[in-house]
This record gives sequence, C-alpha cells and structure tokens, in this order.
Amino acid sequence: MLIKTVGGYWDPIVWIVAFIVIAIIAYIIRAFGKGEYKGGEQTKPFLSGVEEPSKEKVHVRASNIYWGFIEALKGYYDYMKRMHSGVVNDYVAWFVGVAAIMFVVMFAAVII
Amino acid sequence: MNVMEHLPALIIAIPLLAAFLTPLVDKISKKVRNAVVFIALAATFILTIFLVQDVFENGIMIYVMGASNPTQTIPMQAAVPIRIVLEIDGLSAFMALISVLIALIGLIYSFSHVEERGGKFYTLFLLMLVGMLGMELTGDLFNLFVFLEIASIASAALITYEFKRGSTTEAALKYIVISSIAALFVLFAIGLLYGEYDLLNMAAIAKAIKITGLSNIDMIALILFFAAFAMKAGAAPMHMWMPDAYGEAPGAVSMVLIAVTQASLYALLRMCFTIYADSLHVVIPAAIIIFGLISIFIGVTMALIQDDIKRLIAYAAVAEVGYILLAIGVGLYGVLNNEVELYARKALQGGIFHIFNDILDIGLLFLVAGGIIYITKERNLNKLGGLAHSMKYTSILFLIGLAAVAGLPPMNGFASKIMIYESVYKVSPILSIVAILASIIMLAIFVKIFHSVFTGPKISEQKDVPKLMLASMIILAALIIFFGLFPDIIINNVVNPAVNALIENAAYISNVMG
Repeated sequence: MLIKTVGGYWDPIVWIVAFIVIAIIAYIIRAFGKGEYKGGEQTKPFLSGVEEPSKEKVHVRASNIYWGFIEALKGYYDYMKRMHSGVVNDYVAWFVGVAAIMFVVMFAAVII
Repeated sequence: MNVMEHLPALIIAIPLLAAFLTPLVDKISKKVRNAVVFIALAATFILTIFLVQDVFENGIMIYVMGASNPTQTIPMQAAVPIRIVLEIDGLSAFMALISVLIALIGLIYSFSHVEERGGKFYTLFLLMLVGMLGMELTGDLFNLFVFLEIASIASAALITYEFKRGSTTEAALKYIVISSIAALFVLFAIGLLYGEYDLLNMAAIAKAIKITGLSNIDMIALILFFAAFAMKAGAAPMHMWMPDAYGEAPGAVSMVLIAVTQASLYALLRMCFTIYADSLHVVIPAAIIIFGLISIFIGVTMALIQDDIKRLIAYAAVAEVGYILLAIGVGLYGVLNNEVELYARKALQGGIFHIFNDILDIGLLFLVAGGIIYITKERNLNKLGGLAHSMKYTSILFLIGLAAVAGLPPMNGFASKIMIYESVYKVSPILSIVAILASIIMLAIFVKIFHSVFTGPKISEQKDVPKLMLASMIILAALIIFFGLFPDIIINNVVNPAVNALIENAAYISNVMG
C-alpha cells in the first residue's frame, strides 16, 4: 500500500481513513444545524421577484463554461488556434522545424 | 519443443497469424471470427504474463530468430550479431504487458459494436498489436523500423474505419503523412549508424558508441531518432496529429492508439538510456523536460476550449504524455549527473508508472466517450446533456476516469503524479508548480465534460451502453481503483524492474555481446 516518494511517502489507505474521519466530523458539525428546517419556499432562489427560469433554460452549455478564463487569454488562444490549423503541411513544418532547431541546439551545445 | 524458450517469437507470431486468418474465418461465421481473434489475443496475453514473469525472475531474455540455438546471439564464424535478435529486459516486458492488456480490453469493447467490415477491422487491430509488440521486444534497429511501419499503417487504416464520416479519412491521411516522414527520419538514422558501424543490433551499436565515443554521425542519428519518436509519442509542438487521430478513431482504437504512441516513447527511452546512454549530452534531458512542459501546457489549455468530446480527451492525452516526458527528462538528467538515488530513480518510477496510468485513465475516458457517441450519435458537448439520468453506470465510470486522470487521491493517477511532482522539484520547483497547476486545469477540463454530458435536464431518452462495452470499461475502472489503492504492487513488481533496466544498461549490452 505504501510507496516512498522523494519527500516522504504516500499511503492511500491512510488517506481513505483520514477522509472517512473528516467526513464523520463534518457530518456531526452539520447535525448541529437547525432541526426544524423544512424546505419549501425558503429553498427557492430569490431573483428580485422574477420567476425562476426552467432548468433547460439555465443549463450552462460546454462552450460557455470557463468563458471568462478563455476571454482573458484571448491573445494566447488566437495564436494557438492559428497554430492548430488542421493543415497537414503545417504539421510537417512544425515537425521538421523542431528537428532543425534540435540540430542547431545540440551541435551548438557540444561545440560550446 | 520448449515453449518457454520460444516465448518472444510466439508473442509476435500468434497475433500475426491470427491477423491473416481473420479475413478467412470471417467468410465462415462472425462468431467463429470473434472467437478466433479473442483466443489469439488471450493466448498472447497469457504468454506475455509468462514472459514477464521469466524476465523479472531470471533477467534479460534473448531470442535469436532463425538460429538453431535461440540464445546464441553471435554466430560461430562472426564477431557481431547478424541475425534478428529479440531482447527482452524489464522495460520491454513492462511495455509488452500493458500493450497486450489494453488490446485485449479494446477487443472486448469492439465486439459490442464492430459488425460491418469486421474481418478487416480485427485484422488491422491485430496487426497494430503486432507492430507495438515488435517495437517493444526487438533488439534490432531495422526490425524496429519495420514494426513501426506495421503499427503506423494498421493504425491509419483503423482511424478511418468509420470512413462514411469524411473527417476520419482526413485524419488518417494526416496521420500516415506525418508517420511516414517520421519513419523516413528513423530509416535515415538507422542508415547512418549502419554506415558507420556495419551494425543493426542495438546492443552492438551501444557497445560501439561506448568504445568510440559520440561522433558527429551518431549525433545526427540521435537527433533524427529523437525528433521522430518524440513526434510519434505526441510531444508538443509536434502533437497536432494526435487530436485528429484520437478524435476520429473508434473508441477502442483511440485507446489502443495510446499504447502505440507509448511504444514510440519506449523507442525514445531505448535510444536515450541504452544505445547512447552515458555518451549523451545534458542538452538531451533538457530538451525532453522542455517538450514535457510544453506538452503539459498546450495539452491542458487546448483541451479547455474543445467542444468535441473526443478531441478534448485527445488534448488531455497530450498533457499526460507531457507528464511522462517531464519525469523521464528529469530521470535522465539525474542519471547523467550521478544523482540516481537522490531523485532520478523516483522520477523514472513515477514516469514509468504514469505510462501505465495514462493508458488506463485516458483509455477509460476514450471508451466512455466512444460509448456516448455510439448511443447518442453525437460528439458535440453543446448538444449533449442529462445523460446521467439514463446512463448511470457510464456516468459513474466516467467519474472514476475523471478522478484518475486529474490525479485526485486515492486514484492511481495521484500515486504516479506525486512521485513526479516531488522528484522534479529537486531539479527545479518551477517544474513542479507547472505540473501541479496543469493538473488542476485538467480537473476543470473533465468537470466541463461531466457537467455538459451527464448533468442537467434530460434531453432525450437513452439506454445505457451494451454489456460488453460496459464490461470492458468496468475492467479498466477496477484496475484504476486497485492500482490506486495498492500502488506498491505494481511499483515493486513491474515498474522497478523496468526502471532498473533503464538505469543499468550494461546488462542489455552484455547479454548480446558477451
């Protein structure tokens, strides 16, 4: 079960036991909460009196997830999309280009 | 005939014979065809287990093709190996084991849905396995090239199996073009070494380089090998073929393609640790580390913006290759600087263990994606949703794959990643930080898939995937959980012999050259 790493060790069974203990403690703390909580109207979101839209309408689609992150890195993504052109000539160019750079770097390193 | 003595040849010969038998049997009955293919692969798997056991117990196994004595590497009237030699050390055995295991699981998965042109499919499937196994077991450079070509051609044909979608043919064309150029690089490099040493045997060339030192010709050959195998392994920025190939291939083929790329990674390891070994300049491990970092970064960031479920997983696979390269680069750096026990051994353990985990984790996700596409006929994440209502088992299996690939404890992915994080930290904390941050983004990526595909309101009524598909996914999930809970079993019994084979390369040479 136990594996040694550079800095210490990893034992998944110890982790699971710790996880269970923490989950039990969390459950106990939760149990201290209000017992008379009943649900109903108080569980519904309040949108300034506007009726809550249906689940179909509010489900966030894949393209919109992490929109902010992608928008913040727009410049990077524009470049990456150009790089991943889907054209096989570009794939070969990158491959040969990397090999050429390696030639230069390797021989330069050996000469230096 | 002592079967044990001929194990290496049988492991390649059985699937090869079955591959050519399959189209003939296909004419008789589909069930008989499936039975033949399954029996051939199961037999190969059992023989591989025997081989692995033998190698781990008794050390390197040698098999000389066509010789009256299969262990006599150098003929009576010669000074160097002439025949094709299969040489199986701990690393070869490890790679062969995972290749056959993953092919067997992929085969079970394929039985559930491959009907049309099944004879051709299984022939190519077996040939792909033969290519991988040949690359992993051979001790001969030209043989390596031949098996690389077999694996590439079979893979390309399988990528375009669903040729009615035009995009599959385009992906296969790209794959074969880039693979052919890589193969030419390899062939040219082999030609250079042959011209210099009159040798094709890897151990013999390694010994010659050790004696004469690294010449300019050797360096040119090394760079050609390095670029070709790094590209075939999916190292960024030469990875662009991977999302196309993995994304368009059928689910099981995508999974086995991971093993094909790992076979190229194996070839890269063989070049660096066995053939060139101590003669390597430190710029090579530095290059491997840089390729690893770029692969991790480009893999996770590009995965984040994908809307096609399989292309998204394919980019995640690029990042996973990055983790392996990072660990191997640090391991090689440590070996060259005589810091084996300080961090290099642990880095290599983490890297080799991650090869196994990558195939299991990404493989499971590809199978789940294949199942979703098979049921819904849809691969666009924007058009999927609410599948957990009707595909309960598949959604649970996806969650297991998600946790494993994102490196969440106590899954197998965490065990290998923590070994990588801690060992690369010894070389530079920046490497660890990038790796950990990328792992967090990886979790975000798969949360995106889970949210888009499985949660939300039910879009349409769907049934769960066929039983054989489910069975193969459950086998993978069980292996993920088992090796997550008991990582010591695989590290002590399978990974360590592979790492020892990398570090102690002298045995590989002496077993052939005496």
